[in-house]
Amino acid sequence: MNNISMHILDIVQNSIRGNASLIEIIIREQQVQNKLELQIKDNGKGMDTEMLAHVTDPYTTTRTTRKVGLGLPLLKHTAEQANGLLKIQSSLGVGTLVNVVFQLGHIDRPPLGDLAGTIVLLTAANPDIDFKYIHQVNDKKYEFNTLNIKEVLGDIKISDPKIRGYLKEMILENVNDICKIYD
Amino acid sequence: MAKIKTLADLKKMKEDLQSKVEIREKGDSPESYVQIKVGMATSGIASGAKEVMDFLIEALEKRNIEAVVTQTGDMGYSFAEPTIEVKKPEEEPIVFGYVDIEKADEIIEKYIKQGELVDGIIPVNYQVIDDDK
Repeated sequence: MNNISMHILDIVQNSIRGNASLIEIIIREQQVQNKLELQIKDNGKGMDTEMLAHVTDPYTTTRTTRKVGLGLPLLKHTAEQANGLLKIQSSLGVGTLVNVVFQLGHIDRPPLGDLAGTIVLLTAANPDIDFKYIHQVNDKKYEFNTLNIKEVLGDIKISDPKIRGYLKEMILENVNDICKIYD
Repeated sequence: MAKIKTLADLKKMKEDLQSKVEIREKGDSPESYVQIKVGMATSGIASGAKEVMDFLIEALEKRNIEAVVTQTGDMGYSFAEPTIEVKKPEEEPIVFGYVDIEKADEIIEKYIKQGELVDGIIPVNYQVIDDDK
C-alpha cells in the first residue's frame, strides 16, 4: 500500500461486501490547515457497536477464508504515521462512515496515487452500485457522480473499455484543474 | 482532439463511439466471453493487482479479445497474490497465482488465445468469498 488510492480501493471492498448501493468517496485537501481528509461513506448494512469497537484490530474480519483482516488497521497505521487519525461511525441498517485525517505536508503522508484510475475501476467493476467521488482542494471542488454518467451513457455499459478511458480522462482533466493552485 | 472534461463532452464521445462501431453489450450474455476476475483484497492490492487489472483490460481490448474483467474479493491465496481467475466460454475456471504483468501477457497469449496451460495454476477446490453470502 504505497499510496492513498490503494487504501481507497481496499476499504471500498468493505462497503461492497456490506451490500451498499451508494458509496461516496470524499477527499478534502486544505493547505491552510495542513490537512488532508478522506471519507468513505456507504449505505450498506453497517456494524453493531461490538464489531465497531474491534474493527481496526487485525484479528477482526467478516471473511471466512482466513482469520485476519488488514484493510482498516493498515490505513489507521498509515494515517497515524502522518500525524493523523482514523475514525469510524456505523449503525446497523444505515451504513458506515470511515473518516481518515492526514497531516497534508507530513513527510510520511503517502501520495494520493492514481485516483482517477481507482474510481473508474470501482465504477466499472460494480456497475450496479452508484459512486460519488468528491475532490476538494482548498475552496475548489469537483464532483463525479455515476448517476449522471449512467444517464449520459444510456444503454452503453460503464464498463466498456473505451468508456473507461473517457471517464479517466474526464476525471483527470477536472482534478488537474482544481489542483492548479499547487503550481 | 480536445480533452473530455464535461458530461457534454462525454456524451459527444459516446455518440461518436455508437456511430462507428456496434457496441458490444457486455454482461448481457457473459457466458460467451472470456471472464476474468482479479482478486482485490488487501493482499492483492498491495502486491499490484490494480496494475495487472489495468493491463488486462487494455491488452484484451487492443488484441480484440471479447472479455469481461472484474474484481472479486479474497480468494484465500494471499501467498500467491496477485491472483486471477480466468473462465473461458464453456470451460471450467482456472485460477492463476503470482500474476504480474509479464505473466498476464503470457496468460492472454498462451492460455486465452491458444488454450495452452501455463505455469502458476492454483489447483481447484477453492471457494471464492462471494459464495457464502
